[in-house]
Amino acid sequence: MTRNTQPLSLRVPEPSGRPGDAPDFSHLKLDAAGALDRPAIDARPVQMLDLAFRLIRVLDDEGNALGAWNPRLDAETLKKGLKAMILTRAFDDRMHRAHRQGKTSFYMKCTGEEAIAVAQGMILSREDMGFPTYRQQGLLIARGYPLVDMMNQIYSNASDPIKGRQLPIMYSAKDYGFFTISGNLGTQVPQAVGWAMASAYKGDDKIAIAWIGDGATAEGDFHNALTFASVYRAPVILNVVNNQWAISSFQGIAGGMETTFASKAIGYGLPALRVDGNDFLAVWAATQWAEERARSNQGATVIELFTYRGAPHSTSDDPSRYRPGDEHEKWPLGDPIARLKQHLIALGEWSEEQQAEAEAEAVAQVRAAGKESEAIGTLGQSRPSVKTMFEEVYATEDWRLTEQRREVGV
Amino acid sequence: MVDQTEAPASVAAEGGVQPMNMIQALNSALHVKMAEDPNVLSFGEDAGYFGGVFRVTDQLQQKHGLTRSFDTPISECGLVAAAIGMGAYGLRPVVEIQFADYIYPAYDQIVSEAAKMRYRSGGQFTSPIVVRSPYGGGIFGGQTHSQSPESLFTHIAGLKVVIPSNPYDAKGLLTASIEDGDPVIFLEPKRLYNGPFDGWHQKPVSPWKAQPSAQVPTGKYTVPIGEAAVVREGSDVTILCYGTMVWVSLAGAEHAGVDAEVIDLRTLVPLDIATIEASVKKTGRCVIVHEAPKTSGYGAELSALVQERCFYHLEAPIGRVAGWDTPYPHAFEWEYFPGPERVAAALKAVMTGGAR
Repeated sequence: MTRNTQPLSLRVPEPSGRPGDAPDFSHLKLDAAGALDRPAIDARPVQMLDLAFRLIRVLDDEGNALGAWNPRLDAETLKKGLKAMILTRAFDDRMHRAHRQGKTSFYMKCTGEEAIAVAQGMILSREDMGFPTYRQQGLLIARGYPLVDMMNQIYSNASDPIKGRQLPIMYSAKDYGFFTISGNLGTQVPQAVGWAMASAYKGDDKIAIAWIGDGATAEGDFHNALTFASVYRAPVILNVVNNQWAISSFQGIAGGMETTFASKAIGYGLPALRVDGNDFLAVWAATQWAEERARSNQGATVIELFTYRGAPHSTSDDPSRYRPGDEHEKWPLGDPIARLKQHLIALGEWSEEQQAEAEAEAVAQVRAAGKESEAIGTLGQSRPSVKTMFEEVYATEDWRLTEQRREVGV
Repeated sequence: MVDQTEAPASVAAEGGVQPMNMIQALNSALHVKMAEDPNVLSFGEDAGYFGGVFRVTDQLQQKHGLTRSFDTPISECGLVAAAIGMGAYGLRPVVEIQFADYIYPAYDQIVSEAAKMRYRSGGQFTSPIVVRSPYGGGIFGGQTHSQSPESLFTHIAGLKVVIPSNPYDAKGLLTASIEDGDPVIFLEPKRLYNGPFDGWHQKPVSPWKAQPSAQVPTGKYTVPIGEAAVVREGSDVTILCYGTMVWVSLAGAEHAGVDAEVIDLRTLVPLDIATIEASVKKTGRCVIVHEAPKTSGYGAELSALVQERCFYHLEAPIGRVAGWDTPYPHAFEWEYFPGPERVAAALKAVMTGGAR
């Protein structure tokens, strides 16, 4: 029998810094912008394994777009994306403040991750279906969903499109290609695969796109989704948003220490792209590649979007308790809004004045929507009729619900 | 024996009637619906080419095509989740969970997702799926092939729970379930698949074809969800039961020599409370029979409802006959499984004032 030379020890992964430490990102190996090749959309996954471990970047530190992944977008598209990101951040700031003012129970910002949902929401059509988790508000905003309706949902007021039934930020917007959000993490990913399978079965041309956080990739649903997407070659884009933090657990706790999240696709025979999630152009290019692949019946792609959750997990969270306070400012991939702004300025298509103007405009737009929504009412001051509490449990109300509704007196 | 062939309102005029066992009746429902509606799909583990380990999906793939009836990975959670996505797209997926005991990996998707989709999205998204699964004991399946999980689903707002007890109902109820806009948990008593278990495990079982309910229309018809069947009229006591226990209850009433009114609930959610209430008010006594464990079983809910609505008509405490609160024991199946003797004892107890 072989004996250990010393007792076994249990490894528990720890992040590179805790409160009081200096932020340390020296372990990250970041490829230079433009360094990686762009495979043909019909490339076999095994021909592109390096893309699962490296990092697709287009924008360099000076705001230049480089390399084969440069999607060469026209200035209007870039400006539209920048404005949608600015508006998303302004929306987040106001709603976060509204929570602090006691106007709602809960809010979640996507600070630092705006490029992801905005770019991807712009690429795909409203006919496609997005299966979001809770930091894709930029998708609705990029598609022009009314801000006032988002706020009404957050306030659970009388005009809440989903009738006061869901936690704030858990939107449903079928007409905007935005599936109903679940609080149970990961459940939407295999559903997205099923939705995509249905489109393929019907011979339609719609595809699905799903998002999951790095933490939730440890859920079985994620792995079930990869199996089904691979087996049935479903036309779906499966995004892992690696924002480094699942509440207080760093991405190593979800399995990000020994490999990348993108590489988890490899065992399933799916192509994997690991992308700078703070680079609007890289996110755009990777998503477009996956979209073309799905639309040409070649199946699913897994995209790891490498980013950093700048804000707390939610209004119920205080990140200074578990990570260095200034870690976000030191994130080596920068801020997605600042980087796209810099790029547009480098192109001669934008200026600091225009940026300031756009930011002021976004704040004004959010303020106007806020006034409109608050006039209807904030949480507890206004709500749908209590009668709606008993509706839509089933297609038709059964006797139990009728009796219980009467007991409430409505 | 009991005549269960009351004329249903929805029998299609075309096509004849054929003797079918429960497997054939369920299979016929799937063939008919898939032929009628291209949005109906059927899939599950071994449910494609092979037609399912119990053959309920037999020949669906051969007849309707590979993309309409197919095998899935061994991933109950994955296949139910895929069905939910398909349902949201507009399809009508019917999924098979090979044994109800394997439904637990899919429980979150059924309970947190399918059940709540219409409600949480304000009606924007729905989940019109059917989750079919053989359930219950009586075939020596041990702990993981014998359970009766119905009460875990009746507790969940948004789900419907349907359990047929004979071939005619099986086909009609499955057809209605596929056409229903809500997620349906469709539990098939596998002890009844091949014959009408009469409750006496040591006696030979007669084939389905000897039963009126085995005369099944080959065309389309539905048995409405939410309507119980009075399978035996009686005046002494009301027995509430479903699935395999319908047959055990009939045998138990005969054994006890009690004029029992036996009600096959057919659907647990929605529940036909009017039929239950009318019967108990008529007989003044009630015994509930199910094979799931007693504690927090569906009998507890039925008992509470009868007490709430019929208390002043009751002449004895409500009796419950159920599986024991143990895991399902392989070697003691007949001691675990409620049989006619236990039903008879409960009937005699309520007839004499409920002494236990």
